[in-house]
Amino acid sequence: MADTAVVAEHTLRTFKDHLPVLQVLVPFCTAPLIVLLGSRRLAWPLAFIASATALVISIMLMWEVREGGYVAYTLGGWAPPLGIEYRVDAANAFVLLLISAIGTVVLPYAYISIKDEIKARDHTLMYACWMLCFTGLLGMVVTGDAFNVFVFLEISSLSTYVLVAQGAGRDRRALTAAYDYLIMGTIGATFFVIGLGMLYMATGTLNMADLADRIADQGANRTVRSGFAFIIVGMGLKVAMFPLHLWLPKAYTFAPSAVTVFLSATATKAAIYVVMRFTFSIYNPDFSFTNNTLEIIFAPLAIIAMFSASFVAVFQTNFKRMLAYSSVAQVGYILLGISLLTETGLTAAILHMFNHGITKALLFMGVGAYVLRSGGAFYTQIAGLGRKMPITSGAVVIGGLSLIGVPGTAGFISKWILVQAALERAPDNAMFLAIAVAIVLSSLLAVVYVWRAFEVLFLQEPDPNSTATEAPLMMLVPMWIMAGACIWFGFSTEHLYEFAAQAAQGLLDGSQGMMISTGQGGAH
Amino acid sequence: MSKLLDLQFLAGHAHYLLFIVLMMTGLFIVVDKTNLVKKIVGLNIFQVSVFMFYVSIGKVTGGTAPIFPMDDKYHVDKEALVGIAYSNPLPHVLILTAIVVGIATTSLGLALIVRIRESFNTIDEEDILHIEQEMTRDDNRKYGNAMGGLA
Amino acid sequence: MGYFELDTMTAIYAAMLFPLIAMAGNMVFAEFKNVRDTFTLLCAGLTFGSVLVVLSNVGNSITTPVSLFNVFPGVDVAFNVEPLGLMFALIGSGLWILTHIYGVGYMRGNNEKHHARFFACFCIAISSVIGIAFASNMFTLFLFYEILTVSTYPLVAHKGTPDAIRGARVYLAILIGTSIALQLTAVIWTYVLTGTLDFTQGGILDGKVAGWIVPVLLGLYAFGIGKAALMPFHKWLPAAMVAPTPVSALLHAVAVVKAGVFTMLKVGIYIFGIDFLAQTEASEWLMWLAAYSIIAASVVAMFQDNLKKRLAYSTISQLSYITLGMALATSMGVLGGAMAIAMHAMGKITLFMCAGAIYVKYHKTEISQMQGLGRAMPITFAAFFIGSLSIIGLPPLGGSWPKFLLMVGAADTGHYIIIGVLMLSSLLNVAYLLPIVGRAFFLPAPEGTPTKFAEAPLLVWLPPAITAIGCIVLFFYAGALQEFLTPIVSVSP
Repeated sequence: MADTAVVAEHTLRTFKDHLPVLQVLVPFCTAPLIVLLGSRRLAWPLAFIASATALVISIMLMWEVREGGYVAYTLGGWAPPLGIEYRVDAANAFVLLLISAIGTVVLPYAYISIKDEIKARDHTLMYACWMLCFTGLLGMVVTGDAFNVFVFLEISSLSTYVLVAQGAGRDRRALTAAYDYLIMGTIGATFFVIGLGMLYMATGTLNMADLADRIADQGANRTVRSGFAFIIVGMGLKVAMFPLHLWLPKAYTFAPSAVTVFLSATATKAAIYVVMRFTFSIYNPDFSFTNNTLEIIFAPLAIIAMFSASFVAVFQTNFKRMLAYSSVAQVGYILLGISLLTETGLTAAILHMFNHGITKALLFMGVGAYVLRSGGAFYTQIAGLGRKMPITSGAVVIGGLSLIGVPGTAGFISKWILVQAALERAPDNAMFLAIAVAIVLSSLLAVVYVWRAFEVLFLQEPDPNSTATEAPLMMLVPMWIMAGACIWFGFSTEHLYEFAAQAAQGLLDGSQGMMISTGQGGAH
Repeated sequence: MSKLLDLQFLAGHAHYLLFIVLMMTGLFIVVDKTNLVKKIVGLNIFQVSVFMFYVSIGKVTGGTAPIFPMDDKYHVDKEALVGIAYSNPLPHVLILTAIVVGIATTSLGLALIVRIRESFNTIDEEDILHIEQEMTRDDNRKYGNAMGGLA
Repeated sequence: MGYFELDTMTAIYAAMLFPLIAMAGNMVFAEFKNVRDTFTLLCAGLTFGSVLVVLSNVGNSITTPVSLFNVFPGVDVAFNVEPLGLMFALIGSGLWILTHIYGVGYMRGNNEKHHARFFACFCIAISSVIGIAFASNMFTLFLFYEILTVSTYPLVAHKGTPDAIRGARVYLAILIGTSIALQLTAVIWTYVLTGTLDFTQGGILDGKVAGWIVPVLLGLYAFGIGKAALMPFHKWLPAAMVAPTPVSALLHAVAVVKAGVFTMLKVGIYIFGIDFLAQTEASEWLMWLAAYSIIAASVVAMFQDNLKKRLAYSTISQLSYITLGMALATSMGVLGGAMAIAMHAMGKITLFMCAGAIYVKYHKTEISQMQGLGRAMPITFAAFFIGSLSIIGLPPLGGSWPKFLLMVGAADTGHYIIIGVLMLSSLLNVAYLLPIVGRAFFLPAPEGTPTKFAEAPLLVWLPPAITAIGCIVLFFYAGALQEFLTPIVSVSP
C-alpha cells in the first residue's frame, strides 16, 4: 500500500521535473508524426492537441516560477555548463505562455483559413511545418544554452520560410518574399553564431548562466564587445528592428493569413526575448557598452521606427500590409521600453510584447476572415464589410482601438506604463520628456491608420455584387477570445503586471549564476 | 584561456584576415549578384567562413585530434596519454550542427528558386523586381482608389 | 424608503449599467422600432432613478472612493460621489429622457436611417457620462472620457455623406489628438510626480511640484481636455454639427462639452487645488485665454448664418465661462463655473432642440431663411426666446446666476477687466441670439413660408418647451443649487 503511494508521488514529481523539456518535445515529436501518418484528417487534430498540451505545460511552468526563482532542467542528465540546460524563470515563462496560448487559439482559426487558401495536398506538410516553427520558437525561449538558441532559431526560421512560401497559391510574390526572408534571416542567424563564437573564445562556455558569471568576472574586453555587436545585429534582423525590418512587410503581406497571424504574434516576440536575455542577463547592463548601445542606438532607432513605419502604414491601400508596417512600429515601442534601462521600462516592454501579440493576432485574424469572404485585403475589397460581417468587424474594432491604445483596451495599459517609465527618468535628463512626448505623438499616427480602415469598413457602401457573409464560427471564436483578452487585460492587468514586473526584475538582476543549477532548480 | 590567447598572438591575425576576406566575399556576392542561385552560393561562402572560424578557435597549440591513443589491443594507451594535448572538440561539434543547418538552408533556398523559376520564368532578381513592380501597379490601378478620393 | 433601498455604490453601477442594457436592447430589438424605443425610454427613466437614489442617499456630502477593481498596482477603476459629479450625472441622465423622446420624434420625422445603431451609440455615450461623473480618480475619468469620444464618433458620422465623414474626422482628430498627446501625458506625469491620481480635496500637487512645471502641467490639462473647446482646439464643435440634432442637443450642448469643462473643474479643484493655483498664479494665463475665447467665439457666432453653427460657437464661448471660473482660482469663481454647467445645459439644449424642430418641420438650417417663421411655430420660437434669455443671463432665468457669481469672483481677485469681458460677452449674446427670434416673429414672411399655425410633431416640440420652463424654474432654485455645491470648495477637515 505504502509503496504504491510512494511510486505515485515519485512519478508525479518526475513528470513535473520534465516539464521544461516536454514543452519543446511535444510539438517537436508531433511534426514527424503528422508527416508519417500522412493523413489529412489527422493532421489538424494532432497539431491542436500538441499546442494545447504545450499551453498546459507553459501554464504549469508559469505557476512554478510565479514567486520568482527558476526551474532548471539538464538535458540527458549532463551537468551544465557542458551539458545543455533548460532554464525557466519568470521572463521566459511569460513568453512561453504567450507563444503557446497564441498557437493554441490560432489553430482552430487556421483550420478554415488554410483550407481556403492552400491546396489540399499541402495541408499535412503545412501543419508539420507549423509544429516545427512552434517548436523552434518555444525552444529559443526555454533554453538556457546560448548555442541551443541558434539551433532552435534555425528550426523556427526554416519552417517559417516554408510557411511564408505557402502563400504562393494566392500570389506568387509569396515565393520571393520567402526567398528574401531566407537570405536575410540566414545572414542574421549567421551573425548570431559569429557572436556566440566570440563569446566562446572569450569565456570557454556557452551556458547562459555560466557565461554571465564569467563575463562578470573578467569584465569587458574587445572580443566580448564585438560578440555583443554581432549578436544584437543578428537577432535584430529577426526582431525586425528598424532598419533591419525590410523582410517583414513583404513576408507578412503575402504569407497565408493564418501564418501571418501566428508569426506576427509570436516570432518577433521570441526574438525580442532573446535580445532581452542577452542584454540583461548575460551581458550585465552595468557595462557601459551595453548601456550605451541601448541608449544611443536602440532608443533613437526605436523612435525612428515608431514614426517612419507608422507614417508608411498611413498610406497603404491594403489592410494586411498596413498592419505589417504597424508591426514594425510597435516593435519600436518594445525596444524603446528596453532601452530605458529601468524596471518600469522593461515591464512596459514585456507587457507590450504580450498586449501587442494579442492585438495583432486579433487584427490579422480579422484580415484573414475578410480575405476568406471577399478574396482580398485591399481597402476597396473590404469596403463596407462592417455591415456584412458585423461580428468579425466588431472584433476588428476592438483590436484597432487596442492598437491605438484607447483606454479600456490592453494597448492602453502598456503605453501608459511606457510613458510612465520615460517620465520617471525625466528629472535627471530632459531628453526623456521628449521621448515621452514622442510615444504619445506616434500613437496619433496609429489613430490615423487605424481610422482609415474603420472608415473603409463601416462608412463605405459595400460592393453591390459582393456576396460576403459572416465568417464561420470556427474563425469567430478565436477572434472573440482575443478580443475578450484585449478588453480584459485593458481593465484587469493586476496579475499580468505583477508577473511582468517579476520578469523585468529577474532580467535586471542579471543571471543567478551557476549556484544552484543542479537539475532540481529552486527558489532563491 | 591563456592558450587561446597565445594562439591569437602566434597565428591569429593571419587566419582571422582570411575569414574576413571569405566572409566579405560571401556577403558581397549576396548583395551584388542578381542571379538568385549565385546569391545562395554567396551565402554558402559566408557561412563556410564562419564554420572555419569556429573550427580554428578549437585549435590548441600543439594539440592533436581529441582521440585517445590506442595500443595494439585497442586499449587506451596510458603511457602515450601522459603530456598529450588535445584540440578543443566542442566548437567542432557545434559547427557540425551549423553545417547541417547550412545544408538545410541551401536546399530550401534552391527549392524556392525552382518554384520562383516556375512562376516567374526567370531567376534574375532585376527581372523579378520588374514583374513585381508591374503587379503592384496593377493592384493600385485595380484597388488603389479606396474611399472614393476621401482617403 | 422601504421598497427602494439601494446602497449608493449599487445605484452608481446601476446608473452605468442601465444605458448598456438599453444598448443591448437596441441591438436585439433592432427591427421592432416601438419596442426598442420604449425599452430605451424605460432604461433612461431607470438610469435617472438610480441617480436620484444616489442623491437621496448621499445628499451633498463627499463619499470615500470604492474601487471596482485594480488595473495595475497604484491605479484603480474607482468611483465616489461628490456634489459636482452628482449634479453632472443628474443633468446628463435627466436630460437623456427628454432627448430620447425628442430623438425618437426627430429620427422618425426626418426619416433618418440606422435608428438602432444610432440609439445604441447614444446609450454607450450616456453610460460613459455617468462614469465620468462618478469617477473618483483621474484614470477612471480618462477611461470614460475616451470611451465617450469613441462612442460619439459614429453619431457624428451618422449620415455617411462626405460632409459628415469629413466633420467626423475633424471631431475625432481633435478630441483623440488632444487627449492622447496632451491630457494623457499630463495624467501620467501627475502620477509619476505624486504617486496617486485620486481626486483629493485641496489637490494632490501641492508640495510635490513647483516652478515652471505647474503652468506647463496646467497647460497640458487645459488644452488636453479638448472637449472643453478652449481655443485654439475648438474646431471640432462646429464640425460636429453635421450630426443629427438630438446628438448636437444632448451631446454637443450637454454631455460631451460638459464632460470637458467638468473634467477641467475636477482637475482645478481636486488635482491642483484652487488654493495652490491661487498661490502659484499658474492659472493666470489660462484666465486670459478663456476671456479671449469668450469674446472671440461670440464674435464669430455673430457671423454664422447656419443656426446650429451659431449655437456651436455660442457654446464655445459659454464653455470658456466655466474654464474662466476655474482659472480665477477663487471659491466664487469655481461655484459660478459649476453652476454654469447646469444653467447652460438647460438653456443650450432648449436652443438646439428648437433648431432641430425647425429642421424637422420645414428643413430650414440657415437663419436668413427663418424670417416670419414664428407665426407658424410659436411654441418653438417662444422656447427659443426663453432659452436665449437664459444664455444671455437675464433674470428671471437660470443663466443669470453663474454670471453674477463669476463677476463676484473676478471682483474678489481684483480682475476688473474680466468683469468687463463678462459684460461685453452678454451684449454679444444679445446681438447674436435675439435677432433670430426677432426675425421669426416681426419680419414679414417671404413668399412660400407658411403663416398658419403648423408646429413640428408633438414629440419634437414638447421637450424644448419643458426645458424652457426648466430654465425659469432653475432661477428660483439657484440658491439651493449653490448651497448643494458648496462642499466642493470648502476644504474638509
